[in-house]
Amino acid sequence: MTRILATAGAETRIAIRNRWVTIAILTMAVFSLVLAAAGSAPTGALGADALSVTIASLTSLAVYLVPLMALLMSFDAIAGEVERGTLSLVLTYPIRRAEILVGKFIAHLATMTLALAVGYGLAAGVTIAMDAGAVAGLPALFRLLWTSVLLGAAFLCLGYALSAWAGRPGAAAGMAIGLWLVMVVLYDLGLLAAIVADGGGWFTTDAFPWLLIGNPADAFRLFNLGSSEATSAAAGLGGAATSIPLGLALASLLAWPVIAFGLAVLSFRKVSP
Amino acid sequence: MTDYRMDRVLTKNLILSNVTKTFGPMTALDAVGLAVGPGERVALIGHNGAGKSTLMKIILGLISTDAGEVTVRGAAPGSGVARQHVAYLPENVAFHPALTGLETVRTYMRLKGEDPSGAMALLERVDLGAAAKRRIGTYSKGMRQRIGLAQALIGHPRLLVLDEPTSGLDPVSRREFYNMLDVLAAEGASILLSSHALTEVEARTDRIAILSRGRLVADDTLSGLRRRANLPTHLHVRARPGSADAVAAELSGWRYNGTMVELACAPDEKLARLGTIAGLGAQVEDVEVIPPSLEDIYSHFSQIAADGGTP
Repeated sequence: MTRILATAGAETRIAIRNRWVTIAILTMAVFSLVLAAAGSAPTGALGADALSVTIASLTSLAVYLVPLMALLMSFDAIAGEVERGTLSLVLTYPIRRAEILVGKFIAHLATMTLALAVGYGLAAGVTIAMDAGAVAGLPALFRLLWTSVLLGAAFLCLGYALSAWAGRPGAAAGMAIGLWLVMVVLYDLGLLAAIVADGGGWFTTDAFPWLLIGNPADAFRLFNLGSSEATSAAAGLGGAATSIPLGLALASLLAWPVIAFGLAVLSFRKVSP
Repeated sequence: MTDYRMDRVLTKNLILSNVTKTFGPMTALDAVGLAVGPGERVALIGHNGAGKSTLMKIILGLISTDAGEVTVRGAAPGSGVARQHVAYLPENVAFHPALTGLETVRTYMRLKGEDPSGAMALLERVDLGAAAKRRIGTYSKGMRQRIGLAQALIGHPRLLVLDEPTSGLDPVSRREFYNMLDVLAAEGASILLSSHALTEVEARTDRIAILSRGRLVADDTLSGLRRRANLPTHLHVRARPGSADAVAAELSGWRYNGTMVELACAPDEKLARLGTIAGLGAQVEDVEVIPPSLEDIYSHFSQIAADGGTP
Protein backbone atom coordinates (compact mmCIF):
# COMPACT_ATOMS: atom_id res chain seq x y z
CA MET A 1 0.00 0.00 0.00
CA THR A 2 2.87 2.37 0.84
CA ARG A 3 4.28 1.70 -2.61
CA ILE A 4 0.97 2.47 -4.33
CA LEU A 5 0.58 5.65 -2.32
CA ALA A 6 4.19 6.66 -3.06
CA THR A 7 3.48 6.30 -6.78
CA ALA A 8 0.16 8.12 -6.47
CA GLY A 9 1.82 10.94 -4.50
CA ALA A 10 4.53 11.46 -7.10
CA GLU A 11 2.00 11.34 -9.94
CA THR A 12 -0.24 13.87 -8.20
CA ARG A 13 2.68 16.28 -7.87
CA ILE A 14 3.52 15.76 -11.53
CA ALA A 15 -0.12 16.41 -12.50
CA ILE A 16 -0.13 19.65 -10.48
CA ARG A 17 3.26 20.85 -11.81
CA ASN A 18 2.42 19.94 -15.39
CA ARG A 19 -0.67 22.16 -14.98
CA TRP A 20 -2.94 19.19 -15.68
CA VAL A 21 -4.97 19.90 -12.58
CA THR A 22 -5.35 23.56 -13.53
CA ILE A 23 -6.16 22.83 -17.16
CA ALA A 24 -8.72 20.16 -16.29
CA ILE A 25 -10.48 22.32 -13.69
CA LEU A 26 -10.50 25.42 -15.88
CA THR A 27 -11.81 23.52 -18.90
CA MET A 28 -14.62 21.92 -16.94
CA ALA A 29 -15.45 25.19 -15.18
CA VAL A 30 -15.64 27.26 -18.36
CA PHE A 31 -17.71 24.74 -20.32
CA SER A 32 -20.05 24.09 -17.38
CA LEU A 33 -20.66 27.80 -16.81
CA VAL A 34 -21.39 28.42 -20.48
CA LEU A 35 -23.82 25.51 -20.60
CA ALA A 36 -25.49 26.55 -17.35
CA ALA A 37 -26.01 30.08 -18.68
CA ALA A 38 -27.31 28.82 -22.02
CA GLY A 39 -29.41 26.05 -20.48
CA SER A 40 -31.34 28.29 -18.11
CA ALA A 41 -33.12 30.12 -20.94
CA PRO A 42 -35.69 27.65 -22.41
CA THR A 43 -36.88 25.98 -19.21
CA GLY A 44 -40.51 27.00 -19.31
CA ALA A 45 -41.21 25.47 -22.68
CA LEU A 46 -39.86 22.06 -21.63
CA GLY A 47 -41.57 21.81 -18.31
CA ALA A 48 -38.47 20.51 -16.60
CA ASP A 49 -36.42 22.28 -13.94
CA ALA A 50 -33.54 24.40 -15.14
CA LEU A 51 -30.85 22.14 -13.68
CA SER A 52 -32.17 19.07 -15.48
CA VAL A 53 -31.90 20.94 -18.76
CA THR A 54 -28.36 21.99 -17.93
CA ILE A 55 -27.57 18.38 -17.03
CA ALA A 56 -28.69 17.24 -20.47
CA SER A 57 -26.22 19.70 -22.01
CA LEU A 58 -23.48 18.73 -19.57
CA THR A 59 -24.00 15.07 -20.46
CA SER A 60 -23.47 15.79 -24.14
CA LEU A 61 -20.35 17.78 -23.27
CA ALA A 62 -18.95 15.13 -20.93
CA VAL A 63 -19.31 12.41 -23.55
CA TYR A 64 -16.65 14.21 -25.60
CA LEU A 65 -14.59 16.00 -22.97
CA VAL A 66 -14.16 13.35 -20.26
CA PRO A 67 -12.67 10.66 -22.54
CA LEU A 68 -10.42 13.27 -24.16
CA MET A 69 -9.10 14.56 -20.84
CA ALA A 70 -8.60 11.02 -19.55
CA LEU A 71 -6.63 9.96 -22.63
CA LEU A 72 -4.49 13.10 -22.57
CA MET A 73 -3.62 12.46 -18.92
CA SER A 74 -2.79 8.78 -19.38
CA PHE A 75 -1.07 8.39 -22.75
CA ASP A 76 2.37 9.26 -21.32
CA ALA A 77 2.04 7.08 -18.20
CA ILE A 78 4.13 4.14 -19.38
CA ALA A 79 5.67 5.28 -22.66
CA GLY A 80 7.10 8.35 -20.87
CA GLU A 81 8.76 6.18 -18.23
CA VAL A 82 10.20 3.95 -20.94
CA GLU A 83 11.62 6.97 -22.74
CA ARG A 84 13.16 8.50 -19.61
CA GLY A 85 14.66 5.16 -18.61
CA THR A 86 12.92 5.22 -15.24
CA LEU A 87 10.71 2.22 -15.97
CA SER A 88 13.57 -0.29 -15.81
CA LEU A 89 14.66 1.37 -12.58
CA VAL A 90 11.23 1.29 -10.95
CA LEU A 91 10.82 -2.34 -11.92
CA THR A 92 13.94 -3.27 -9.93
CA TYR A 93 12.19 -1.96 -6.81
CA PRO A 94 9.89 -4.24 -4.83
CA ILE A 95 6.73 -3.05 -6.60
CA ARG A 96 4.49 -5.00 -8.96
CA ARG A 97 3.47 -3.67 -12.34
CA ALA A 98 -0.22 -3.65 -11.39
CA GLU A 99 0.67 -1.58 -8.31
CA ILE A 100 2.42 1.00 -10.46
CA LEU A 101 -0.73 1.29 -12.57
CA VAL A 102 -2.99 1.56 -9.53
CA GLY A 103 -0.81 4.35 -8.13
CA LYS A 104 -0.97 6.35 -11.36
CA PHE A 105 -4.69 5.63 -11.68
CA ILE A 106 -5.47 6.98 -8.21
CA ALA A 107 -3.65 10.25 -8.94
CA HIS A 108 -5.19 10.74 -12.38
CA LEU A 109 -8.70 9.79 -11.30
CA ALA A 110 -8.49 12.14 -8.31
CA THR A 111 -7.51 14.97 -10.66
CA MET A 112 -10.43 14.20 -12.97
CA THR A 113 -12.91 13.88 -10.12
CA LEU A 114 -11.82 17.22 -8.72
CA ALA A 115 -12.17 18.91 -12.12
CA LEU A 116 -15.60 17.37 -12.71
CA ALA A 117 -16.84 18.26 -9.22
CA VAL A 118 -15.73 21.87 -9.62
CA GLY A 119 -17.25 22.16 -13.11
CA TYR A 120 -20.58 20.55 -12.27
CA GLY A 121 -20.71 22.31 -8.92
CA LEU A 122 -20.32 25.69 -10.60
CA ALA A 123 -23.04 24.82 -13.12
CA ALA A 124 -25.38 23.82 -10.28
CA GLY A 125 -24.56 26.94 -8.30
CA VAL A 126 -25.27 29.27 -11.22
CA THR A 127 -28.49 27.46 -12.18
CA ILE A 128 -29.88 27.31 -8.66
CA ALA A 129 -29.02 30.97 -8.10
CA MET A 130 -31.20 31.85 -11.09
CA ASP A 131 -34.05 29.43 -10.33
CA ALA A 132 -34.50 28.03 -6.83
CA GLY A 133 -36.69 25.23 -8.21
CA ALA A 134 -33.61 23.79 -9.89
CA VAL A 135 -32.69 22.09 -6.60
CA ALA A 136 -34.92 19.24 -7.81
CA GLY A 137 -32.25 18.40 -10.38
CA LEU A 138 -29.47 17.82 -7.82
CA PRO A 139 -29.81 14.00 -7.65
CA ALA A 140 -29.44 13.89 -11.43
CA LEU A 141 -26.35 16.08 -11.19
CA PHE A 142 -24.83 13.74 -8.64
CA ARG A 143 -25.59 10.82 -10.97
CA LEU A 144 -23.87 12.70 -13.78
CA LEU A 145 -20.82 13.22 -11.58
CA TRP A 146 -20.23 9.62 -10.57
CA THR A 147 -20.97 8.26 -14.02
CA SER A 148 -18.53 10.82 -15.47
CA VAL A 149 -15.91 9.50 -13.04
CA LEU A 150 -16.61 5.96 -14.24
CA LEU A 151 -16.33 7.08 -17.86
CA GLY A 152 -13.05 8.83 -17.05
CA ALA A 153 -11.76 5.72 -15.27
CA ALA A 154 -12.48 3.58 -18.34
CA PHE A 155 -10.62 5.93 -20.67
CA LEU A 156 -7.71 6.44 -18.25
CA CYS A 157 -7.15 2.68 -18.26
CA LEU A 158 -7.54 2.49 -22.03
CA GLY A 159 -4.90 5.22 -22.20
CA TYR A 160 -2.50 3.17 -20.03
CA ALA A 161 -3.04 0.14 -22.24
CA LEU A 162 -2.22 2.25 -25.32
CA SER A 163 0.77 3.82 -23.60
CA ALA A 164 2.25 0.42 -22.78
CA TRP A 165 1.48 -0.91 -26.22
CA ALA A 166 2.88 2.09 -28.13
CA GLY A 167 6.15 2.20 -26.21
CA ARG A 168 6.98 5.78 -27.25
CA PRO A 169 5.15 8.92 -26.04
CA GLY A 170 4.73 10.31 -29.58
CA ALA A 171 3.12 7.14 -30.88
CA ALA A 172 1.00 6.85 -27.74
CA ALA A 173 -0.30 10.41 -28.18
CA GLY A 174 -1.31 9.73 -31.77
CA MET A 175 -3.01 6.50 -30.81
CA ALA A 176 -4.85 8.20 -27.95
CA ILE A 177 -6.33 10.81 -30.28
CA GLY A 178 -7.16 8.06 -32.75
CA LEU A 179 -8.93 6.03 -30.07
CA TRP A 180 -10.92 9.08 -28.99
CA LEU A 181 -12.01 9.79 -32.56
CA VAL A 182 -13.04 6.20 -33.17
CA MET A 183 -14.82 5.50 -29.88
CA VAL A 184 -16.47 8.85 -29.28
CA VAL A 185 -17.08 10.37 -32.72
CA LEU A 186 -16.83 7.83 -35.54
CA TYR A 187 -18.51 4.98 -33.65
CA ASP A 188 -21.80 6.88 -33.41
CA LEU A 189 -21.58 8.06 -37.02
CA GLY A 190 -20.95 4.48 -38.10
CA LEU A 191 -23.97 3.26 -36.18
CA LEU A 192 -26.13 5.99 -37.69
CA ALA A 193 -24.99 5.11 -41.18
CA ALA A 194 -25.71 1.44 -40.52
CA ILE A 195 -29.21 2.22 -39.26
CA VAL A 196 -29.98 4.30 -42.34
CA ALA A 197 -28.68 1.58 -44.63
CA ASP A 198 -30.54 -1.12 -42.69
CA GLY A 199 -33.92 0.61 -42.98
CA GLY A 200 -35.45 -0.80 -39.80
CA GLY A 201 -34.30 -4.40 -40.25
CA TRP A 202 -32.49 -6.85 -37.94
CA PHE A 203 -29.56 -4.52 -37.29
CA THR A 204 -31.74 -1.71 -36.01
CA THR A 205 -33.88 -3.86 -33.75
CA ASP A 206 -31.41 -6.48 -32.46
CA ALA A 207 -27.77 -5.48 -32.94
CA PHE A 208 -27.93 -1.72 -32.53
CA PRO A 209 -28.95 -1.55 -28.83
CA TRP A 210 -26.11 -3.88 -27.84
CA LEU A 211 -23.59 -2.00 -29.93
CA LEU A 212 -24.72 1.21 -28.29
CA ILE A 213 -24.40 -0.23 -24.78
CA GLY A 214 -21.06 -1.82 -25.63
CA ASN A 215 -19.41 1.58 -26.02
CA PRO A 216 -18.78 3.23 -22.62
CA ALA A 217 -19.39 6.73 -24.00
CA ASP A 218 -22.79 5.75 -25.40
CA ALA A 219 -23.66 3.79 -22.27
CA PHE A 220 -22.85 6.91 -20.27
CA ARG A 221 -25.11 9.05 -22.44
CA LEU A 222 -27.93 6.49 -22.38
CA PHE A 223 -27.83 6.08 -18.64
CA ASN A 224 -27.82 9.78 -17.85
CA LEU A 225 -30.37 10.88 -20.43
CA GLY A 226 -32.54 7.83 -19.84
CA SER A 227 -32.65 8.48 -16.11
CA SER A 228 -33.26 12.17 -16.49
CA GLU A 229 -36.60 13.90 -16.73
CA ALA A 230 -35.13 15.95 -19.49
CA THR A 231 -34.85 13.18 -22.07
CA SER A 232 -36.92 15.27 -24.38
CA ALA A 233 -34.15 17.85 -24.29
CA ALA A 234 -31.66 15.33 -25.56
CA ALA A 235 -30.65 15.14 -29.14
CA GLY A 236 -28.85 12.63 -31.32
CA LEU A 237 -28.47 8.96 -30.52
CA GLY A 238 -29.57 9.50 -26.97
CA GLY A 239 -33.08 9.60 -28.37
CA ALA A 240 -32.81 5.85 -28.89
CA ALA A 241 -32.36 5.44 -25.17
CA THR A 242 -35.98 4.75 -24.37
CA SER A 243 -35.96 1.19 -25.73
CA ILE A 244 -32.86 0.07 -23.80
CA PRO A 245 -32.93 -1.01 -20.12
CA LEU A 246 -30.94 1.47 -18.03
CA GLY A 247 -29.53 -1.32 -15.88
CA LEU A 248 -27.59 -2.65 -18.86
CA ALA A 249 -26.14 0.77 -19.60
CA LEU A 250 -25.05 1.06 -15.96
CA ALA A 251 -23.56 -2.44 -16.05
CA SER A 252 -21.56 -1.43 -19.12
CA LEU A 253 -20.31 1.72 -17.38
CA LEU A 254 -19.25 -0.31 -14.34
CA ALA A 255 -17.65 -3.08 -16.37
CA TRP A 256 -15.57 -0.88 -18.67
CA PRO A 257 -13.09 0.45 -16.08
CA VAL A 258 -12.50 -3.12 -14.88
CA ILE A 259 -12.03 -4.49 -18.40
CA ALA A 260 -9.83 -1.57 -19.41
CA PHE A 261 -7.68 -1.95 -16.30
CA GLY A 262 -7.25 -5.62 -17.13
CA LEU A 263 -6.20 -4.66 -20.66
CA ALA A 264 -3.73 -2.12 -19.26
CA VAL A 265 -2.15 -4.70 -16.94
CA LEU A 266 -1.87 -7.25 -19.76
CA SER A 267 -0.40 -4.66 -22.09
CA PHE A 268 2.04 -3.43 -19.40
CA ARG A 269 3.22 -6.99 -18.67
CA LYS A 270 4.36 -7.28 -22.29
CA VAL A 271 6.62 -4.23 -21.98
CA SER A 272 10.25 -5.31 -21.80
CA PRO A 273 12.23 -2.55 -20.12
CA MET B 1 32.94 -22.68 -17.96
CA THR B 2 33.65 -22.32 -14.28
CA ASP B 3 31.72 -24.64 -12.03
CA TYR B 4 30.29 -22.77 -9.06
CA ARG B 5 29.54 -25.16 -6.26
CA MET B 6 26.44 -24.74 -4.14
CA ASP B 7 28.36 -23.94 -0.96
CA ARG B 8 29.51 -20.74 -2.59
CA VAL B 9 25.90 -19.59 -2.88
CA LEU B 10 26.01 -18.34 0.68
CA THR B 11 29.29 -16.52 0.36
CA LYS B 12 28.55 -14.71 -2.90
CA ASN B 13 26.03 -11.97 -3.43
CA LEU B 14 25.80 -12.72 -7.12
CA ILE B 15 26.39 -15.93 -9.04
CA LEU B 16 25.82 -16.51 -12.72
CA SER B 17 26.55 -19.85 -14.31
CA ASN B 18 26.23 -20.74 -17.97
CA VAL B 19 23.85 -17.86 -18.63
CA THR B 20 22.71 -17.82 -22.23
CA LYS B 21 20.33 -15.37 -23.87
CA THR B 22 19.37 -15.11 -27.52
CA PHE B 23 17.31 -12.47 -29.29
CA GLY B 24 16.06 -14.14 -32.45
CA PRO B 25 19.10 -15.27 -34.41
CA MET B 26 21.49 -13.18 -32.29
CA THR B 27 23.22 -14.67 -29.27
CA ALA B 28 23.48 -11.83 -26.76
CA LEU B 29 25.07 -13.93 -24.00
CA ASP B 30 26.81 -17.26 -24.49
CA ALA B 31 27.34 -19.44 -21.38
CA VAL B 32 28.48 -16.60 -19.15
CA GLY B 33 29.68 -17.49 -15.65
CA LEU B 34 30.55 -14.84 -13.08
CA ALA B 35 30.48 -14.52 -9.31
CA VAL B 36 30.80 -11.41 -7.16
CA GLY B 37 31.47 -11.74 -3.46
CA PRO B 38 30.86 -9.27 -0.65
CA GLY B 39 33.17 -6.28 -0.80
CA GLU B 40 34.22 -6.98 -4.36
CA ARG B 41 34.18 -4.28 -7.03
CA VAL B 42 33.98 -5.85 -10.46
CA ALA B 43 34.16 -3.87 -13.69
CA LEU B 44 32.33 -5.22 -16.69
CA ILE B 45 33.87 -3.95 -19.89
CA GLY B 46 33.18 -4.62 -23.53
CA HIS B 47 32.26 -2.96 -26.81
CA ASN B 48 28.82 -1.48 -27.32
CA GLY B 49 26.54 -4.43 -27.99
CA ALA B 50 28.87 -6.90 -26.26
CA GLY B 51 26.03 -7.89 -23.91
CA LYS B 52 26.79 -5.78 -20.82
CA SER B 53 23.34 -4.23 -20.48
CA THR B 54 21.64 -7.55 -21.25
CA LEU B 55 23.67 -9.22 -18.52
CA MET B 56 22.73 -6.49 -16.06
CA LYS B 57 19.05 -6.72 -16.91
CA ILE B 58 19.16 -10.48 -16.36
CA ILE B 59 20.77 -9.98 -12.95
CA LEU B 60 18.02 -7.50 -12.09
CA GLY B 61 15.30 -9.89 -13.24
CA LEU B 62 14.09 -7.46 -15.92
CA ILE B 63 14.58 -10.06 -18.64
CA SER B 64 14.70 -13.84 -18.42
CA THR B 65 17.50 -16.18 -19.46
CA ASP B 66 17.21 -18.90 -22.08
CA ALA B 67 19.54 -21.20 -20.15
CA GLY B 68 21.79 -21.12 -17.13
CA GLU B 69 21.30 -20.06 -13.55
CA VAL B 70 21.44 -16.74 -11.73
CA THR B 71 21.20 -16.23 -7.99
CA VAL B 72 21.22 -12.94 -6.11
CA ARG B 73 21.81 -13.45 -2.39
CA GLY B 74 20.71 -17.05 -2.95
CA ALA B 75 17.38 -15.98 -4.49
CA ALA B 76 16.08 -15.79 -8.04
CA PRO B 77 16.68 -12.46 -9.80
CA GLY B 78 13.59 -10.24 -9.68
CA SER B 79 12.20 -12.06 -6.62
CA GLY B 80 11.15 -10.04 -3.58
CA VAL B 81 14.35 -10.93 -1.67
CA ALA B 82 16.57 -10.07 -4.61
CA ARG B 83 14.84 -6.73 -5.29
CA GLN B 84 15.13 -5.75 -1.64
CA HIS B 85 18.91 -6.20 -1.74
CA VAL B 86 19.75 -4.92 -5.21
CA ALA B 87 20.29 -1.35 -6.37
CA TYR B 88 20.45 -0.35 -10.00
CA LEU B 89 21.58 2.70 -11.87
CA PRO B 90 20.48 2.56 -15.51
CA GLU B 91 22.55 4.20 -18.21
CA ASN B 92 21.38 7.75 -19.09
CA VAL B 93 18.49 7.69 -16.64
CA ALA B 94 16.35 10.85 -16.64
CA PHE B 95 14.11 11.38 -13.66
CA HIS B 96 10.86 13.27 -14.06
CA PRO B 97 11.78 16.94 -14.60
CA ALA B 98 8.72 18.22 -12.73
CA LEU B 99 9.74 16.67 -9.40
CA THR B 100 12.47 17.95 -7.09
CA GLY B 101 15.48 15.83 -6.18
CA LEU B 102 14.16 15.42 -2.66
CA GLU B 103 10.69 14.33 -3.82
CA THR B 104 12.22 11.83 -6.22
CA VAL B 105 14.48 10.24 -3.63
CA ARG B 106 11.65 10.19 -1.06
CA THR B 107 9.41 8.39 -3.56
CA TYR B 108 12.04 5.76 -4.28
CA MET B 109 12.67 5.29 -0.55
CA ARG B 110 8.99 4.60 0.02
CA LEU B 111 9.00 2.17 -2.89
CA LYS B 112 11.77 0.26 -1.12
CA GLY B 113 9.93 0.35 2.19
CA GLU B 114 12.45 2.75 3.78
CA ASP B 115 11.66 5.73 5.97
CA PRO B 116 11.69 8.74 3.58
CA SER B 117 12.98 11.05 6.31
CA GLY B 118 16.49 9.88 5.45
CA ALA B 119 16.25 11.33 1.92
CA MET B 120 18.06 14.56 2.75
CA ALA B 121 21.00 12.68 4.23
CA LEU B 122 21.30 10.60 1.06
CA LEU B 123 21.23 13.73 -1.09
CA GLU B 124 23.92 15.34 1.04
CA ARG B 125 26.00 12.21 0.59
CA VAL B 126 26.01 12.79 -3.16
CA ASP B 127 26.57 16.52 -2.67
CA LEU B 128 23.07 17.57 -3.72
CA GLY B 129 21.91 18.96 -0.38
CA ALA B 130 21.76 22.53 -1.67
CA ALA B 131 19.81 21.57 -4.80
CA ALA B 132 17.47 19.11 -3.08
CA LYS B 133 14.43 21.33 -3.34
CA ARG B 134 14.95 22.37 -6.93
CA ARG B 135 13.18 20.61 -9.78
CA ILE B 136 15.24 18.01 -11.60
CA GLY B 137 14.43 19.83 -14.85
CA THR B 138 16.86 22.54 -13.74
CA TYR B 139 19.71 20.10 -12.93
CA SER B 140 22.89 19.62 -14.96
CA LYS B 141 23.67 16.19 -16.40
CA GLY B 142 26.11 15.46 -13.58
CA MET B 143 23.52 16.42 -10.96
CA ARG B 144 20.94 14.17 -12.56
CA GLN B 145 23.44 11.32 -12.51
CA ARG B 146 24.02 11.95 -8.82
CA ILE B 147 20.29 11.68 -8.14
CA GLY B 148 20.60 8.26 -9.74
CA LEU B 149 23.44 7.43 -7.37
CA ALA B 150 21.51 8.65 -4.34
CA GLN B 151 18.67 6.40 -5.40
CA ALA B 152 21.09 3.46 -5.68
CA LEU B 153 22.26 3.99 -2.09
CA ILE B 154 18.76 3.54 -0.61
CA GLY B 155 18.38 0.79 1.97
CA HIS B 156 22.00 -0.45 2.22
CA PRO B 157 21.96 -2.61 -0.93
CA ARG B 158 24.09 -5.77 -0.91
CA LEU B 159 24.55 -5.72 -4.67
CA LEU B 160 24.89 -2.58 -6.78
CA VAL B 161 24.48 -2.90 -10.53
CA LEU B 162 25.69 0.30 -12.15
CA ASP B 163 25.47 0.85 -15.90
CA GLU B 164 27.99 3.50 -16.98
CA PRO B 165 27.70 5.26 -13.61
CA THR B 166 30.36 7.91 -14.23
CA SER B 167 29.24 9.07 -17.66
CA GLY B 168 28.41 12.75 -17.41
CA LEU B 169 30.41 13.26 -14.22
CA ASP B 170 33.34 15.66 -14.06
CA PRO B 171 36.73 14.31 -12.88
CA VAL B 172 36.25 15.48 -9.29
CA SER B 173 32.78 13.94 -9.06
CA ARG B 174 34.13 10.74 -10.56
CA ARG B 175 36.72 10.47 -7.84
CA GLU B 176 34.13 11.16 -5.16
CA PHE B 177 31.91 8.55 -6.73
CA TYR B 178 34.61 5.87 -6.58
CA ASN B 179 35.40 6.89 -2.98
CA MET B 180 31.75 6.27 -2.21
CA LEU B 181 31.95 2.83 -3.83
CA ASP B 182 35.02 2.06 -1.70
CA VAL B 183 33.01 2.81 1.43
CA LEU B 184 30.12 0.63 0.26
CA ALA B 185 32.49 -2.22 -0.63
CA ALA B 186 34.19 -1.91 2.75
CA GLU B 187 30.74 -2.39 4.31
CA GLY B 188 30.41 -5.65 2.38
CA ALA B 189 28.40 -4.61 -0.68
CA SER B 190 29.16 -6.23 -4.02
CA ILE B 191 29.54 -3.86 -6.92
CA LEU B 192 29.22 -4.66 -10.60
CA LEU B 193 29.72 -1.68 -12.88
CA SER B 194 30.17 -1.20 -16.57
CA SER B 195 32.32 1.54 -17.99
CA HIS B 196 34.08 2.70 -21.09
CA ALA B 197 36.53 4.78 -19.05
CA LEU B 198 39.14 2.07 -18.72
CA THR B 199 41.73 4.14 -16.88
CA GLU B 200 39.44 4.79 -13.91
CA VAL B 201 38.22 1.19 -13.86
CA GLU B 202 41.85 0.06 -13.86
CA ALA B 203 42.58 1.98 -10.69
CA ARG B 204 39.38 1.62 -8.75
CA THR B 205 38.08 -1.94 -9.10
CA ASP B 206 39.23 -5.31 -7.79
CA ARG B 207 38.45 -7.43 -10.82
CA ILE B 208 37.80 -6.92 -14.48
CA ALA B 209 35.41 -9.02 -16.54
CA ILE B 210 35.61 -8.60 -20.31
CA LEU B 211 32.61 -9.42 -22.44
CA SER B 212 33.07 -9.82 -26.16
CA ARG B 213 30.21 -10.77 -28.47
CA GLY B 214 28.27 -12.27 -25.59
CA ARG B 215 31.15 -14.36 -24.25
CA LEU B 216 33.03 -13.72 -21.06
CA VAL B 217 36.59 -13.78 -22.40
CA ALA B 218 38.36 -12.74 -19.21
CA ASP B 219 37.57 -12.41 -15.51
CA ASP B 220 40.59 -11.67 -13.35
CA THR B 221 42.46 -9.01 -11.44
CA LEU B 222 44.34 -6.49 -13.55
CA SER B 223 47.70 -8.10 -12.70
CA GLY B 224 46.29 -11.54 -13.47
CA LEU B 225 45.04 -10.29 -16.84
CA ARG B 226 48.44 -8.74 -17.54
CA ARG B 227 50.17 -12.00 -16.77
CA ARG B 228 47.85 -14.03 -18.96
CA ALA B 229 47.96 -11.58 -21.85
CA ASN B 230 51.79 -11.53 -21.60
CA LEU B 231 51.89 -8.30 -23.59
CA PRO B 232 55.23 -6.50 -23.98
CA THR B 233 56.21 -3.81 -21.54
CA HIS B 234 57.47 -0.62 -23.16
CA LEU B 235 60.52 1.25 -21.98
CA HIS B 236 60.96 4.90 -22.92
CA VAL B 237 64.56 5.93 -22.70
CA ARG B 238 65.61 9.55 -22.95
CA ALA B 239 69.13 9.80 -24.35
CA ARG B 240 71.51 12.71 -23.82
CA PRO B 241 71.25 15.08 -26.83
CA GLY B 242 73.31 13.74 -29.72
CA SER B 243 73.57 10.20 -28.45
CA ALA B 244 70.06 8.98 -29.29
CA ASP B 245 71.20 6.98 -32.33
CA ALA B 246 73.95 5.31 -30.37
CA VAL B 247 71.56 4.40 -27.55
CA ALA B 248 69.00 3.08 -30.01
CA ALA B 249 71.64 0.89 -31.67
CA GLU B 250 72.98 -0.34 -28.34
CA LEU B 251 69.53 -1.34 -27.04
CA SER B 252 68.12 -2.43 -30.42
CA GLY B 253 65.26 -0.02 -29.88
CA TRP B 254 63.85 2.63 -32.15
CA ARG B 255 64.19 6.38 -31.99
CA TYR B 256 60.95 8.32 -32.14
CA ASN B 257 62.14 11.90 -31.77
CA GLY B 258 65.35 13.83 -31.11
CA THR B 259 66.20 12.19 -27.83
CA MET B 260 63.67 9.46 -27.12
CA VAL B 261 64.25 5.78 -27.74
CA GLU B 262 61.56 3.20 -27.28
CA LEU B 263 61.94 -0.50 -26.78
CA ALA B 264 59.58 -3.32 -26.00
CA CYS B 265 60.30 -6.43 -23.97
CA ALA B 266 58.51 -9.38 -22.43
CA PRO B 267 57.43 -8.74 -18.80
CA ASP B 268 60.05 -11.14 -17.37
CA GLU B 269 62.89 -9.49 -19.35
CA LYS B 270 62.11 -6.08 -17.93
CA LEU B 271 64.66 -6.06 -15.10
CA ALA B 272 67.47 -7.35 -17.33
CA ARG B 273 66.74 -4.64 -19.89
CA LEU B 274 66.71 -1.96 -17.20
CA GLY B 275 70.14 -3.24 -16.11
CA THR B 276 71.46 -2.86 -19.66
CA ILE B 277 70.08 0.67 -19.83
CA ALA B 278 71.69 1.56 -16.50
CA GLY B 279 74.96 0.21 -17.93
CA LEU B 280 74.90 2.88 -20.63
CA GLY B 281 75.77 5.44 -17.94
CA ALA B 282 75.94 9.07 -18.94
CA GLN B 283 74.43 8.45 -22.40
CA VAL B 284 71.01 8.04 -20.75
CA GLU B 285 69.20 10.84 -18.93
CA ASP B 286 66.00 9.08 -17.86
CA VAL B 287 63.97 5.93 -18.32
CA GLU B 288 60.27 5.30 -17.96
CA VAL B 289 58.53 1.90 -17.71
CA ILE B 290 55.13 1.69 -19.41
CA PRO B 291 53.28 -1.52 -18.52
CA PRO B 292 50.57 -2.65 -20.93
CA SER B 293 47.48 -0.56 -20.25
CA LEU B 294 44.00 -1.96 -19.70
CA GLU B 295 43.25 -0.70 -23.21
CA ASP B 296 45.97 -2.96 -24.61
CA ILE B 297 44.84 -5.90 -22.51
CA TYR B 298 41.23 -5.30 -23.46
CA SER B 299 42.05 -5.20 -27.18
CA HIS B 300 44.13 -8.34 -26.77
CA PHE B 301 41.34 -10.39 -25.18
CA SER B 302 38.56 -9.10 -27.40
CA GLN B 303 40.72 -9.70 -30.48
CA ILE B 304 41.33 -13.32 -29.51
CA ALA B 305 37.61 -13.78 -28.94
CA ALA B 306 36.79 -12.11 -32.25
CA ASP B 307 39.17 -14.52 -33.99
CA GLY B 308 37.24 -17.38 -32.43
CA GLY B 309 40.01 -18.49 -30.09
CA THR B 310 39.92 -19.24 -26.37
CA PRO B 311 42.02 -16.82 -24.37
